[in-house]
Amino acid sequence: MLLIGERINVITKVQREAMKNRDPKPIQEMAVKQVKAGANMLDINIGPAEDDGPELMDWIVKTIQEVAQVPLCLDTTNLAAIKAGLKAHNNQWGRAVINSTSGETVRLNTFMPVAAEFQCDIIGLCLSGSGLPADANDRCAIAVDIMTKADEVGLPLDHIYLDPLVLMLNGNQEHAQHCIHAVEMFQTLNDPPMKSVVGLSNIANTAPASMKGILTAVFFQMLRDAGLTAAIIDTLEKDFMEVVQTRNPKMVYRSDHVEKTERVIRGEIMYAHSFLEV
Amino acid sequence: MAVEILKEKYTGKVNTVTIGTGDKAMTVGGATALPFHSFEGEAGNRPMIAYEILDMPPEDSPAAQKEAWDAHWGDPAQWARYCQNELSAKAVALRLVSTDPDGKNAGPEDAAETVKKVLAAIDIPLIILGCFKEAKDGQVLKAAADAARGRNCLIGKAQEENYKTIAAAAISNGHKLIAFSNLDFNLSKQINILLTQTGFNINDIVIDPTASALGYGLEYTYSVIERIRAAGLVQNDAMMQPPMLLDLASVVWKVKEVKAGEDQLPEWGNVSERGTHWEASTAVSMLTAGAEILVMSSPKAVQAVEKTLDQLMK
Repeated sequence: MLLIGERINVITKVQREAMKNRDPKPIQEMAVKQVKAGANMLDINIGPAEDDGPELMDWIVKTIQEVAQVPLCLDTTNLAAIKAGLKAHNNQWGRAVINSTSGETVRLNTFMPVAAEFQCDIIGLCLSGSGLPADANDRCAIAVDIMTKADEVGLPLDHIYLDPLVLMLNGNQEHAQHCIHAVEMFQTLNDPPMKSVVGLSNIANTAPASMKGILTAVFFQMLRDAGLTAAIIDTLEKDFMEVVQTRNPKMVYRSDHVEKTERVIRGEIMYAHSFLEV
Repeated sequence: MAVEILKEKYTGKVNTVTIGTGDKAMTVGGATALPFHSFEGEAGNRPMIAYEILDMPPEDSPAAQKEAWDAHWGDPAQWARYCQNELSAKAVALRLVSTDPDGKNAGPEDAAETVKKVLAAIDIPLIILGCFKEAKDGQVLKAAADAARGRNCLIGKAQEENYKTIAAAAISNGHKLIAFSNLDFNLSKQINILLTQTGFNINDIVIDPTASALGYGLEYTYSVIERIRAAGLVQNDAMMQPPMLLDLASVVWKVKEVKAGEDQLPEWGNVSERGTHWEASTAVSMLTAGAEILVMSSPKAVQAVEKTLDQLMK
């Protein structure tokens, strides 16, 4: 299982300031901490970085790889910044990953040729221009568009991580099971099976802080059982990492709570913030 | 070989809730199948329509409402009595609009006085609605609940910010409660859980999932009602089994289609008839989705819907 640490992110104040001021210390510290906690790749989210994207990405990739011997997942919509990051990336610990293209034609035409040029990896988000995918079949149809484009530009299919697009459970409950099903189906789209990745924390968006842990842990384990190969996660969450190690959310959370959470994720019980209390 | 009719099996049941006292008390709910699917289970009690009455005259009103209620505005007790005696109303819903802090800002004691007068004038069940401002409703509905003690009213609407106060007042005075959520079935379940955690009985709750007028989000309301009912019946989710109330009068009479005069839109036809049709069409849609209680305004629309119910409940 590829665990991609999510904590170097422009949305957190400390990291944002460090990026702005080119202050290596907080970024390097966060990189080392995540790797020690078990991350075997780090997501680098610099946001759109419209002013200085390429320069920032070049600097941050080199800064991180000075201290963390892992490949990086370059997370921005800024194409020039992605290219700069790929040029700066040290491949000796593995290929860099572009995060991400979707199934939208414009993004496929923009990002896929770059992935082919650098022969790096890329995340293919199962989202098209025509709104949210309705179910697992919709997600697979978009996945096939992404794979077709990769083939066209000369990117081997094992360079792709298909992302089923995790939505928050509150308000989009049925999509949780569609994601699990999609991860299963992705594996049938090619031989050897296609790889998959999720942005895990989305599942618990808008849920109360006390619920985030169990929701992410149980959903992660269900996805893993379905064949998930990679996840963008918070490796500094101790409870979560224990579930990663033990493959058993019941080692951390009450058995009945885990079972009820599984039922909510499968859509058998309607979600409410306090569903564990009834 | 005989054709076997496929029937859905349900594990849950809509709760029954009784409002009012004595001979005129009304009970809603009780279905063990989707609305009007009497071929699959019990249809439950006939849905109840309550006439909306206001505690002060409205500033302006569409034609159909003006024609029906002009003579009664300003005297809610007499208005309620008229609904009961002349229109054979099954229930009335008193809306305490005068308590709105952005309007007349009448106090809880004024509201309590009005509630007493209205209750003295009728023996049919009373629904008591605040001005729908959370903090003020907490105070007003507490006073109203005290004033209506022993009459088994339905009071509301309890929301996230005020449910504790209103629930406590309802429990101590023996009333039923409307639990409001804004077009969000996850939140609807959440507010019911929170209410039960205060010690309120789930069997004394009526869900308001948010009404929308025809042409103004009706389909969203429809889906939310369907989802709540499916959770209650198919998944046997105890928090999603209360009957549902749709406050149509609060939304239907605000839309352009019931307000714009014939001088502005001659091709749309008579404005009064338009209003009646708009409310009746919205109401029937809500009934087919799964509503048990409707709060409505136009007597002609109410009559039309009752007639439709006669057919549907046959």
